[in-house]
Amino acid sequence: MQAAATAQLERNGNGVAASGDWTLAAAPRIAALIAQLRASLPAQARVDARGIGRLDTAGARLLLDLAGDDRIDGLDANRRALLDAVAKVDLAPEPAPPRDNSLVALLARTGAAVEQIGRDALQLVGFIGLVLATLARCVPDPRRWRPTSLAFHLEQTGLDAVPIVVLLNFLVGAVVAFLGATVLKDFGATIYTVELIGYSFLREFGVLLTAILIAGRSGSAFTAQIGSMKSREEIDAIRTLGLDPVEVLVMPRLLALLIAMPLLTVLAMLAGIVGGGVVAALSMDISPTLFVTRLHDLGATKHFWVGISKAPLFAFLIACIGCLEGFKVSGSAESVGTHTTSSVVQSIFVAILVDALAAIFYMEINV
Amino acid sequence: MNAPAAENVIEVRNLRNQFGAQVVHDHLDLDVRRGEIMGVVGGSGSGKSVLLRSIIGLNRPAAGSVKLLGVEMTTASDAQRAQIEQRCGVLFQNGALFSSLSVADNVMVPMREHFRMPAALMQRFADLKIALAGLPTNAGAKYPSELSGGMVKRAALARAIALDPDILFLDEPTAGLDPIGAAAFDQLILTLRESLGLTVFLITHDLDTLYTICDRVAVLSQKRVLVCDTLDKVERYDDPWVQEYFQGPRGRSAECAAHKAQSAHAIAPGGA
Repeated sequence: MQAAATAQLERNGNGVAASGDWTLAAAPRIAALIAQLRASLPAQARVDARGIGRLDTAGARLLLDLAGDDRIDGLDANRRALLDAVAKVDLAPEPAPPRDNSLVALLARTGAAVEQIGRDALQLVGFIGLVLATLARCVPDPRRWRPTSLAFHLEQTGLDAVPIVVLLNFLVGAVVAFLGATVLKDFGATIYTVELIGYSFLREFGVLLTAILIAGRSGSAFTAQIGSMKSREEIDAIRTLGLDPVEVLVMPRLLALLIAMPLLTVLAMLAGIVGGGVVAALSMDISPTLFVTRLHDLGATKHFWVGISKAPLFAFLIACIGCLEGFKVSGSAESVGTHTTSSVVQSIFVAILVDALAAIFYMEINV
Repeated sequence: MNAPAAENVIEVRNLRNQFGAQVVHDHLDLDVRRGEIMGVVGGSGSGKSVLLRSIIGLNRPAAGSVKLLGVEMTTASDAQRAQIEQRCGVLFQNGALFSSLSVADNVMVPMREHFRMPAALMQRFADLKIALAGLPTNAGAKYPSELSGGMVKRAALARAIALDPDILFLDEPTAGLDPIGAAAFDQLILTLRESLGLTVFLITHDLDTLYTICDRVAVLSQKRVLVCDTLDKVERYDDPWVQEYFQGPRGRSAECAAHKAQSAHAIAPGGA
């Protein structure tokens, strides 16, 4: 590569003489030169291109801005070919579509978003119905249980999630115990920390924290797995082979989650209580024996059933949302990402919403 | 840097590539001359794509040297490599267009990253490249997911020639195109080579492409370049695989078609 020669453009009698390198790198400079000169140039001015060092398509395009194909002199055959190729294809630039930033557009987008939410909700309800129907068809027929697939998903969603679920609940249990100790100390009632821990973890935290973790861990995985299969037309292949994608893909994941979630919830409750118990023993002198006795007096079994009853419900909703979002993926890899995000957000939202409704329900029936 | 004295723009010497225990290339030599269209053929798994990736620096060879435009790529500094990479355009097998950008933005990515330029000027050059690649002007505003397979290849070609490269690398450019689209694409490559003075390194399975546009053909077999010459000499090379490749029913019909096209061209030379 020779040292770059600066592009030049000079008046030359009735025409102009171009010299230097006419390349993409010099394009802004050349464009400015042309803009300066063009106003003063006669309509039929000729361009002398003999002095041009290097010429690429960008340079050729700009040369053509200066004068027509037939009014450029001093080009060898190769450059003439380049210029012809550029001249032949270049079309008038299309005007950019006008951007609509008005208030009406804002309202329209808001309306479209609301409509979309309604449509999504309807779609989810429809999908839940489809899944329930498939479930009713498959469960009585052991040949359709797909044990291999079920075992695989049980390991992925259940066993592999144990460490994170236990650790997280243990830590939250410890934090709640500290909070309780701090607040209750003023009333001389630190002993009620036991009730606080037992009540919150058995009824709410154990199952809710698990649901949030599983939504982030397994719900997203379901969407990504099914979504990438969808974008590679594997779902269509399943259909053409005479199989039902809901049965093949959704059932094992749903059943795995329905089994794993209650088990994980039990571990979560235990971990939370142990976390609280450790803090109680270390910083409040509540011995483990006393802790367990008080838990019994609390009527822990009843609260345990309230909490665990929500686990299958959350599992069902997370699996349905995760799989449905996967089926909604279209074409590109980008779409897989969008739907995975949407799947996690929806599952966590639905889990908390259902938990709130359940809390009101159990309060009303005095459990 | 001086203009490369040698005629070869790509020089591969003693290249060795291996993945674990599997040796893909061993003592592989290949030269590509300025301005030619070099076709690379080989059976599936013979390492055609790996060779391409080694030449453009996406794959570090286990041994050997790769010289691009006179620069030894395996030992070049980062700045030197970047400079050479700017002078290479690559068309990947599936296009590899950025899915979150429109076609015009895809073409503008290298311009935007390497040069400071007003947006309007850049848009004009992008439109020019898109048109040179044979796409309609309105394709610029579309996203890759809205394009057909042939249009994706053309859009990817537009991005590959965005910076007016000296060397164009094409990985199976006509795979998955219908015969009409594939023939049009062949002609497009030929036109671009003539007008932009490109050197083209082309991996293909398409015998028609070999017969219509390639100046020389390299056969990749037995971990090295078995033979590299003009097509009529390669055809006659004494190797069972080469013989089966070119003398099989598909090879013969492609050859036939190419001869027919040539004689038709000879009768009516004003055609092109």
